[in-house]
Amino acid sequence: MIDREQVLHVAKLARLKLNDEEVERMASELSGILEHVERISELDLDGVEPTSHVIALENVLRPDQPRRSWDRDEMLERAPDPASGAYRVPSPQA
Amino acid sequence: MAGDLIDLTVAEAAERIRSGELAADEYFDAYRDAASRDSLNAFLWTAEDAEEGGDGPLGGIPIAIKDIFCTEGIPTTAGSRILEGYRPPYTATAVRKLREAGARVLGKVNMDEFAMGSSNENSGYGPVLNPWDSGRVPGGSSGGSAAAVAGRLAPCAIGTDTGGSIRQPAALCGIVGMKPTYGAVSRYGMIAFASSLDQCGPLTRDVTDAALVLQAVEGRDPCDSTSIGIEGGIGLPSSEDLKGLSFGIPKELASEAEGIESGVKEVFERTVALIEELGGEVSETELPHAPHGISAYYVLAPAEASANLARFDGVRYGMRVDAGDLTEMYEETRANGFGDEVKRRIMLGTYALSSGYYEAYYGRAQRVRTKIAEDFSKAFERFDFVVTPTSPTVAFKLGAKTDDPLAMYLNDYCTVPMPLAGIPAISIPAGLAAPDDGGPELPVGFQIAGPAFSDSAMLDAAHALEGAIGFGGNGATT
Repeated sequence: MIDREQVLHVAKLARLKLNDEEVERMASELSGILEHVERISELDLDGVEPTSHVIALENVLRPDQPRRSWDRDEMLERAPDPASGAYRVPSPQA
Repeated sequence: MAGDLIDLTVAEAAERIRSGELAADEYFDAYRDAASRDSLNAFLWTAEDAEEGGDGPLGGIPIAIKDIFCTEGIPTTAGSRILEGYRPPYTATAVRKLREAGARVLGKVNMDEFAMGSSNENSGYGPVLNPWDSGRVPGGSSGGSAAAVAGRLAPCAIGTDTGGSIRQPAALCGIVGMKPTYGAVSRYGMIAFASSLDQCGPLTRDVTDAALVLQAVEGRDPCDSTSIGIEGGIGLPSSEDLKGLSFGIPKELASEAEGIESGVKEVFERTVALIEELGGEVSETELPHAPHGISAYYVLAPAEASANLARFDGVRYGMRVDAGDLTEMYEETRANGFGDEVKRRIMLGTYALSSGYYEAYYGRAQRVRTKIAEDFSKAFERFDFVVTPTSPTVAFKLGAKTDDPLAMYLNDYCTVPMPLAGIPAISIPAGLAAPDDGGPELPVGFQIAGPAFSDSAMLDAAHALEGAIGFGGNGATT
């Protein structure tokens, strides 16, 4: 149901590198799971509203008051490669 | 002496500490010693020194925290190698509130990576073992929380439940586990798996202790705009009977459900008979869309997860694998940092949300979710509660389902419909049963679910039933 090409496409979207063995396994496992999931296509869901949130809540607001945010250095301490007060990453086009 | 101490419930210990009969430090030391001898791989981090306790309702009570809750300065991994060594700069609201109630963090406990799993075999730090039989799983994803409490390594714990991750391990380990109404407890500082489903709840030895822990953590939090709290708070349960209450047994999740072990069925039926003896009315009902819960859940939860886990990219925290350009760095970091199940769910979720498939999977699953919630609403017009077995089987053997993701997902058959509807549900130990594949008897969980915000009433009913069941809970061998 889901082939090698599709697995590679989705892996690219998800920014996941998969090795050949993982691609094969993923194709067969995802197909099995999706086959089960497909059962919902039998249901008549015309006119049924989708649910994205279960509890009725609307416009939860708070006063717009300025407050201190996190300390920059404390945040950068946790980064794999902080530099000059920022997060350093490899070039997008190395 | 230490043996006696660790047999106390939270309510008993808190009372003795309040009256001065028990020194909080002595109690903490007894558990720290027990936790340091952990042979179940439940603890990922244990406190060396006792935190300053308060004199609130949980004054001096040590508590195990699922490693999905951020704790300032204390390692927090969510069971993933991608967060190895990470120490958060802030503390989850649930943990802060436990401390304000006087509790002391005893340790951080193991879990399926990012809460994805039903056996705790998906942890990046090795599986947790079931204290009743170390060859079997404790359930998941809050497997460390359940094993620590059942194995007498902690008096109580908190976990998170997205599709059954508190109730199923509680059932498999013979303890109480409760998923509160969605919005009862703040999700701030709880590393997100599926935000519209995730909810924090207690894992304890008995129902009173579950109420005590929930009482401390519930409440509206400005840091989580989806949190509401429980109006009027959580009262301590006291009911001894079920007079005037009605219980529906949804046939789809009981008599007609496939794959329920015969021993589990027997214990379930025996427990239903006890409800009647306690004066409760019982009859069969239906939740026609509940059998589609697994399908809807395994689209919606992975879809939300695929978005939530995008933040683990090797830039701001956690591990990084250096590689060529930026995209390769992302891909290699995530390939090395995530385990198999997390990758599977990210792939599944990304696929379900991708162009051309969105409506067929995600859109339809959201509509099934509506139907499941409507089924429950209809049932609650006639009944105060619905009851089901918590898990189709008792604890299974390590490795038994690791090669078959779908078989693993079906463990959640009876527990996914409730979070999809946002309603509260509790699992209490109801007895012992031998697994279908033979071997000694193991705990069976009984699930009670109620309408949204019926948490206190549900605890009360569970308390009455617990008294009638009289589960000893002393079979854990460690």
